[in-house]
Amino acid sequence: MSVTAIGAYTHEPHDTADRFTAPLLYVAWDEHMIFAAPAVVPLSMHTIMADVQSKVLPKLYGAHPEFERIQWSQVQWFCGDRMFTPKPKGTLAEHGFGHKSVLRFRTPGLEGLRGSCG
Amino acid sequence: MDKRVEKKKLDLGSRYQALTQDLQWNTSYQPMEKVFPYARYEGIRVHDWSQWQDPFKMTLDVWWRQQSDKERRLYAVLDAFAQNNGQIGVSDARYVNAVKLMLQVFSPLKYALHRALAHSARNLPGDALRIATQIQASEQLRHAQQTVHAASVYNKYFNGMHEVPRWYEQAWYLAPVKSFADDLASAGPFELMVAISFGFETLLSDTLFVPFMSAAAHNGDLSMVPAGFSSQSDTTRHKQAGITLVKFLLQQDSLNISTVQRWVDKWFWRSFRLMPMVAMLQDYMVPKRVGSWKESWDTYVEAPVEALFAELAAYGLKKPAGWQAACAAKDHLSHQAWNAFYGYGHALAFHTWVPGNDELEWLDRKYPNSFDRWYRPRLSYYAQCEAAGKRFHNHALPMQCQVCQQPMIFTEPGDGRWIAYRETQHEDESFHFCSDQCQTIFANEPDKYVQAQLASHAILQTSGSETTENALQASIADLGVVIGRDNGEFHGSEDDTNFTLWGGGQDMKEAQL
Repeated sequence: MSVTAIGAYTHEPHDTADRFTAPLLYVAWDEHMIFAAPAVVPLSMHTIMADVQSKVLPKLYGAHPEFERIQWSQVQWFCGDRMFTPKPKGTLAEHGFGHKSVLRFRTPGLEGLRGSCG
Repeated sequence: MDKRVEKKKLDLGSRYQALTQDLQWNTSYQPMEKVFPYARYEGIRVHDWSQWQDPFKMTLDVWWRQQSDKERRLYAVLDAFAQNNGQIGVSDARYVNAVKLMLQVFSPLKYALHRALAHSARNLPGDALRIATQIQASEQLRHAQQTVHAASVYNKYFNGMHEVPRWYEQAWYLAPVKSFADDLASAGPFELMVAISFGFETLLSDTLFVPFMSAAAHNGDLSMVPAGFSSQSDTTRHKQAGITLVKFLLQQDSLNISTVQRWVDKWFWRSFRLMPMVAMLQDYMVPKRVGSWKESWDTYVEAPVEALFAELAAYGLKKPAGWQAACAAKDHLSHQAWNAFYGYGHALAFHTWVPGNDELEWLDRKYPNSFDRWYRPRLSYYAQCEAAGKRFHNHALPMQCQVCQQPMIFTEPGDGRWIAYRETQHEDESFHFCSDQCQTIFANEPDKYVQAQLASHAILQTSGSETTENALQASIADLGVVIGRDNGEFHGSEDDTNFTLWGGGQDMKEAQL
């Protein structure tokens, strides 16, 4: 039994994809922790990577003074722990993302406020 | 004249025996298994209950007398503090935010512990332990009440204390506390006792009581100090009882060892995950500082817990699985917590601020390995934004750990650079964790944690919205928090201006001269 209980005990997860207006994507800019935790964003998995870059990320991280200085060609992208090379017109789903996946991006040379990961 | 006959008095041991274990009887109309339905399912084997004794041999009659004495003394002081306008004498109105946090976290947590212990006190099969648990349950209720009473004087003059029970139930940032308590409440009577008495009280409660009470005294809060000390005298007993209980369970049957170890691993870590708020309270929220979180950890946790487990090794118990990770976090914990709370300052029920220059220097002295390297630049940036009239806000909905429900703000142990991510697939669903320990807790009982209602997710479900900006703030406004009055920046807040208007903090300043 996967829980210590006096009888049979099962429970539906509270956060399956069908309970949201869109699947959830967790997003984080590595080494930039003035945004203290990764963000939860409801986002269609048909969204293309070009839109993730030009529409989703600026909204989340545009306030950071280093954001304007990002050289997008240098950015390293991760789906969970797996590094991948994005195709601008490829969708999140095509890059292996699904409900509750983690999208992380790393910007070599930009390591947060005065290199503090802030 | 007749000679007076001396009434025979029982000695302490016989008296304890008479008022605890001798009350035991076996039922005849109903089988004992039906009277104690939760006694066996956790797999704990006890062969001889007479081996368990309260180390203080506390009985109910003595307990009533002692507690009522303590109450009388405590309430005399609380009354005096209120009558003398003690709230004006605290060091700085920022201090009151420490009181708010105590009120929002500590009193509901203690109330939840009371309820959980009352369940154990009914359902544990050993009579002496049941009575000790009943006493402990009542004490937790006292602690909850006393914190509320000690804080009530502040509630008359300061904002952000008016709907604490509702906030505890629903405020996103109190979810780790509620989740901890809910996990307890749904545990069996033995696990619950090991969790509270040992995992929480024995291993970690000193970090809360000792430093906070000295800090309260140092900052002129003579309302919270006696309430704290009154609770602490109980907690000292709970700690001893926790150690006695764990030794007892380990000795009763060698098959208990692995179960108890699993509970110790789990509850040490779950208790540790309540510590970020305590750590930041000490390092950031208390204007006149006594010592740092790191110093408290060294003194009240690291040294005594190492010693305790050296002793418990003989019983087959090892240090909690998360011990190294917890110790490695001492340079980072308070800073990561305050950094997060500052960013989410618009979505809390207390105020946040950037520490003053002398306070930044103090932090640097106390944290030579981490503060300047990782955390000062963030605070300087916030101060700069603030000075330019654009206070920094983090508008994102935070990703949370499935088990402890903390926002995922913690870096890998001993490191300040990489946020720790752990992920498990369970029945085709992904679940995310802040640490190896939370991942293990999930793996041991997945069906308990898949049902977690994470605050960020719940906010999205209820709002049905696809835009997340301001969703966190809206969720807190829905709970009766007045945005900008009860939260946000401290400097220039109503609390700040009122305190100055009342001439608050003058005594403390004169005393310093």
